[in-house]
Amino acid sequence: MWNLTLRAKEISGCGIAGIIHKKGELIPGEMILKAICCQYERGNGLGAGFAAYGIYPDLADYYALHVMAQNRQALEKVEEFLQKNTYLNYQEPIPTKRVKTIKNPPLFKRYFVKPKLEEEEAEFCNLTAEDDRMVQLVMEINEKIEGAYVISSGKNMGVFKGVGFPDEIAEFFRIDEYKAFIWTAHNRFPTNTPGWWGGAHPFTILDWSIVHNGEISSYGTNRRYLELFGYKCTLLTDTEVVAYILDLLIRKHGLPLELACKAMAPPFWIEIDEMPEEERELYTALRILYGGAVLNGPFAILFAYNGGLVGLNDRVKLRPLVAASKGDLYFMASEEAAIRAICPDPEKIWAPKAGEPVIIEMEEGVIPNQKSYLKPRPVEVREDALRIGYIPPSLFSGK
Amino acid sequence: MPLELDISHLHYSQVNKILRDYIEKGEREFILRGVNGHRYLFAGISAEIKAQLYGTPGLDLGAFMRGPEIRVFGNVQDGAGNTMDEGKIVVHGMAGDVVGYAMRGGKIHIYGDVGYRVGIHMKAYMDKVPVIIIGGKAGDFLGEYMAGGIIILLGMHSIYPERPLAGLFLGTGMHGGTIYVRGKVKESYLGLGLKPYALDGEDEKILEKHLKEYCDDFGLDLSEILKEDFIKIIPYTHRPYGKLYAY
Repeated sequence: MWNLTLRAKEISGCGIAGIIHKKGELIPGEMILKAICCQYERGNGLGAGFAAYGIYPDLADYYALHVMAQNRQALEKVEEFLQKNTYLNYQEPIPTKRVKTIKNPPLFKRYFVKPKLEEEEAEFCNLTAEDDRMVQLVMEINEKIEGAYVISSGKNMGVFKGVGFPDEIAEFFRIDEYKAFIWTAHNRFPTNTPGWWGGAHPFTILDWSIVHNGEISSYGTNRRYLELFGYKCTLLTDTEVVAYILDLLIRKHGLPLELACKAMAPPFWIEIDEMPEEERELYTALRILYGGAVLNGPFAILFAYNGGLVGLNDRVKLRPLVAASKGDLYFMASEEAAIRAICPDPEKIWAPKAGEPVIIEMEEGVIPNQKSYLKPRPVEVREDALRIGYIPPSLFSGK
Repeated sequence: MPLELDISHLHYSQVNKILRDYIEKGEREFILRGVNGHRYLFAGISAEIKAQLYGTPGLDLGAFMRGPEIRVFGNVQDGAGNTMDEGKIVVHGMAGDVVGYAMRGGKIHIYGDVGYRVGIHMKAYMDKVPVIIIGGKAGDFLGEYMAGGIIILLGMHSIYPERPLAGLFLGTGMHGGTIYVRGKVKESYLGLGLKPYALDGEDEKILEKHLKEYCDDFGLDLSEILKEDFIKIIPYTHRPYGKLYAY
């Protein structure tokens, strides 16, 4: 069923949409569905998906693993693996509904876990070690257990995706039964990689989720760069690298969010030449150190985490992106019409500049395990960070 | 009496079919309400008709059209006026990317800002001279590979005070036509080899003629627009990349 040959890239005209409530109020699933269905023609039925944040409040301290499996045996292997490596709090099949047009869907199950740590790490009881271990476990399942993939692994969030049009996938996963404070959605039009269940967007690692319209022609470079740090690209679609780059740059290397976006879509050298000295030094260092994280090719992406939603375009804007707001609600989509379909009278509507991220973070303290990445965080001097060097914190001061 | 239709519940292919049927029957004026994301409206229509649209029309509004005059009370998305031949699109809001792509005749008047690559590949032939007037600011690559026609950039009605009048790579690869800009642009933002020039008497006549029509469309004061000096950007050669591809 999933015997696929590896192809390196995708050229596509997908549709994306995202919503966030800054105060953490819950938004019904129908809303994101309406926005993505307004962009129906941007997909061709070969993939759609949703990421929802805030859907497991009772188990918010556990990593929610959404697992997609080809058959019972693959699922059993995953369960065996989880028994050995995690404390399993709760498990259940992900509720689905029979949809006429969706033939032979894989099995979906969710597990709420905490990773077992080495004694030494456990003593410190630190979240970083837990996150790191979780990334390793996800990579191991995706790489080593045949026919099973972890499609999301964050806390209090989950991804629902598959092959079909967005309305079909929403019906299949009963999206209308969920409420979330952040939603993203994708409508896929793959032309260069297989349209399979694992290849649908969003792509995730921990609570990072990403939907993407475009083609990352630097996939090969990015993938090799990420392999240096233990990330394994197993899902046959270029977008996967973006999730891991975010995790590496922001969570591991402590770059502030905006700078991480600039590493992926850096300013042109002619722009850098005209910057004031301090800024010029920063961006020169960024381009040199993070050459392997530069995303080449056309893209409009939306990514989310527990606490924020971000939109980013490639630096010459080869894919569309529109943003809008009304009160505490913020919207981003490929087309203005998608936003107006769910919010006919936004207070503000604008077209973000190429390469400049639109960062919407929630107000402080409104959700459990909330994260904020606006400010630079202390750089952990660890082996893998040292291997490529790191940007001296003094350079951040000008930002 | 114009024919008034609410199209909010209809798919764009149905809307376009309905419009074509009415035009075939001789209907000449339309008011469309509930417009949201409907693609290709009036695409390929060859008729002297008038239409008012309320909402946000979808991609490629008026693509390939020859004749219709479309007035949009709202914003337009990407590709409005794609390869249009004759007629006019008046937008009371702002516009997306690649507006007037490969446009070969007619006019596009936009009150507010526009996105990236507006007027890319515009061309002109004999008496067919397409015109795009932008009341706000423009993104990068305005007039890229332009081969003919006129782009006028005013930078007056913008929602982006922090952005430059026109983005990077203005007129990159242009080999025909003229871009007029109200105010100044950084020379480093211009495409390779391009320079800003002062206007001559002929330019002023052309500008005034087109801007007068623009002011009539939006009820603006021409003297206010002409208070500031314009510059013009024209190609420095007909073959900017002649040496790049032919050794």
